[in-house]
Amino acid sequence: MKTVRSMVLVSHDQKSKASASQEVINAFHTAMKGLDLTDEVAVATIPEIGNVRSLPLVVIFPEATVYAPVKPEDVPHLVEEHLYKGREVPSLKVTDSDTLRKISWLTQRKGTLPAENKIALRNVGIVDPESIDDYLAYEGGQAFALALEMTPELVVEIIKQSGLRGRGGAGFPAGIKWDSVRRTAGKKKYVICNADESEPGTFKDRVIMEGDPFTIIEAMLIAGYAVGADEGYIYIRGEYQLALDRVQNAIHQAREYGILGKNIFGTGFNFDIHIHAGAGAYICGEETALLESIEGGRGEPRVKPPYPTTSGLWGKPTLINNVETFANIPSIVLNGAAWFKSFGMPSSPGTKVYTILGNVNQTGLIEVPMGITLREVISIYGKGIKGGQFKFAQTGGSSGSIIPASLQDTPMDFDSYQKVGVALGSGALLICNDSNCIVDSVRVLSRFFQEECCGKCVPCRVGTEQVFKILTNISEGRGTMEDIAHLEWLCKGMEDFSNCGLGQTAGTPIKNMLDHFRAELEAHIKLGVCPTGVCPME
Amino acid sequence: MEENPTQSIPTNEELKREISLILQDGNLDRENLIPILHKITQRFGYISNQSLYEISAQTSIPLAEVFSVATFYRMLPTQQRGRHVVLFCESLPCHVVGGRDVIEALKDKLQLNPGQTSADQKWTLLTTSCLGVCNFGPVVSIDGNIHGNLTPESVREVLNKYE
Repeated sequence: MKTVRSMVLVSHDQKSKASASQEVINAFHTAMKGLDLTDEVAVATIPEIGNVRSLPLVVIFPEATVYAPVKPEDVPHLVEEHLYKGREVPSLKVTDSDTLRKISWLTQRKGTLPAENKIALRNVGIVDPESIDDYLAYEGGQAFALALEMTPELVVEIIKQSGLRGRGGAGFPAGIKWDSVRRTAGKKKYVICNADESEPGTFKDRVIMEGDPFTIIEAMLIAGYAVGADEGYIYIRGEYQLALDRVQNAIHQAREYGILGKNIFGTGFNFDIHIHAGAGAYICGEETALLESIEGGRGEPRVKPPYPTTSGLWGKPTLINNVETFANIPSIVLNGAAWFKSFGMPSSPGTKVYTILGNVNQTGLIEVPMGITLREVISIYGKGIKGGQFKFAQTGGSSGSIIPASLQDTPMDFDSYQKVGVALGSGALLICNDSNCIVDSVRVLSRFFQEECCGKCVPCRVGTEQVFKILTNISEGRGTMEDIAHLEWLCKGMEDFSNCGLGQTAGTPIKNMLDHFRAELEAHIKLGVCPTGVCPME
Repeated sequence: MEENPTQSIPTNEELKREISLILQDGNLDRENLIPILHKITQRFGYISNQSLYEISAQTSIPLAEVFSVATFYRMLPTQQRGRHVVLFCESLPCHVVGGRDVIEALKDKLQLNPGQTSADQKWTLLTTSCLGVCNFGPVVSIDGNIHGNLTPESVREVLNKYE
């Protein structure tokens, strides 16, 4: 796997541009080409640097050395000394404490690399997703072959040691789940890949399935071998036609090559995978609703426990993991648990795929180590806020949280976010500027929950509807202060008494709003105005 | 979903034959109910009451269950739709990048409210949750084809292309 060892950040705001930052960037590319460093070093820009005097400014990671002002003619020397020979250039280094303090948000992650490290997306865009030959040429299948030489216990142990946590949103340790299914007695077990990705703003699983379907098949084979299952299902969202076609084709080719089927590679291990196309219901992403849907029923979540690990599909022990979780498995088996732990944070190792959306200059998909901050994502990968100031971000689709600007320097990993009372969710980063109204945004999120509630249990069915009505009233200028208390009461009720995750988290955006944007909400009620002018306020 | 399914309502005998053809393809396990309903939708554009009855009669799954499953899922419509189905994404990612104005333009251009079908059976306007192409928001899906980065002006132009 190719990883970047250094990363160069060049300031590229208006002031830097006036001081030839574009020429500096070009000079870096030219000098790196000359020394054959283009594969090892990434160059990125910092579109907003704040009020820093000497520009353009260059930060080189992982050392987090700051150089400024850098002129285009300094660059060849800098590249040769710092990036090629590994020696800092003292004459260009910034020592001015005021400047260093102003950009401390960038340098405090010294020792890490805010560069992309691709594990889950390792083959996306590189391997032909429609050709198993191409996949096999790129180390494909090696992890499965290696796993077959180990005992199933050892495979589970590697996943456990790696500390991989489920990437579907809840962050449950994958190894514990695998171990639980393996230990449950039973002749028939299932492995299910949850590809019913419907969280608003999330499309990472679609990209993985469209770009690298063979990795998912390989990971499911490894999982099947490890937990003792001989049958797998991929539950793909019905709207994802291309992903359905590509995965179907991949399964077909794998069967032809004898990688799926009976007595694989003469080891006596049998495994086959079926596809189930969803039919348009967000709730089917909930694991027990997904099981109901595969069995041909309404996608209504079951009561847990029993968990699917002991009683899943047709009552049999079942391992259910998200697409991105599976996409990490072959690399972990191939490179070992210690390698995986070298990425990210100790409690949340590895990388995370994020979708960057909303009011940023560049939207898209990135895979970065766990623990990167929102500020870094916005300025480095989003290329800065489009229009206005950063106001809040919405993570992980609708069951994620609203992250106010004050929390943008909190490392993004499961535990750090939990400590400050927000959730990482499934990996959507919807960046909103100050032209968005918090009441309007939360109202839209609530409408989603109301639409997608399956209707099985009362707290969620009634709660989501009431919450939406109240928020609509407030946004139309008919809110009262009692409404706030009522909202709090409803959110508490939904969280405590709902059957599944949808109802339990439907109140999260409202709680975040009350915690961080109470003044704006009260302005709607007490003053009868929407400060951003978004709400109709009749 | 490249082509529009025919919208003509077949006569009873025809429907019976068509459905038995669809059912011949696979086994009639309960597990196959959703795939069967998918195929009926692809063939007829929606699942009529007659179809529900025929599926139940030919698979021995109780009619109430067939009905309850079909009505649970958004992609298994039990009401007839227009020749072109416009799905507007009303989730937050599209909303914050200008979706608010696009739905107003859609309503104005089609003279429909979400959930309605035009009198000439040409258009059905529906709202939907996230379609998973959020980096091109605001997004509209027409007959399964995605149109992204829409503005109130461009969405009118897109609609003009459909006959």
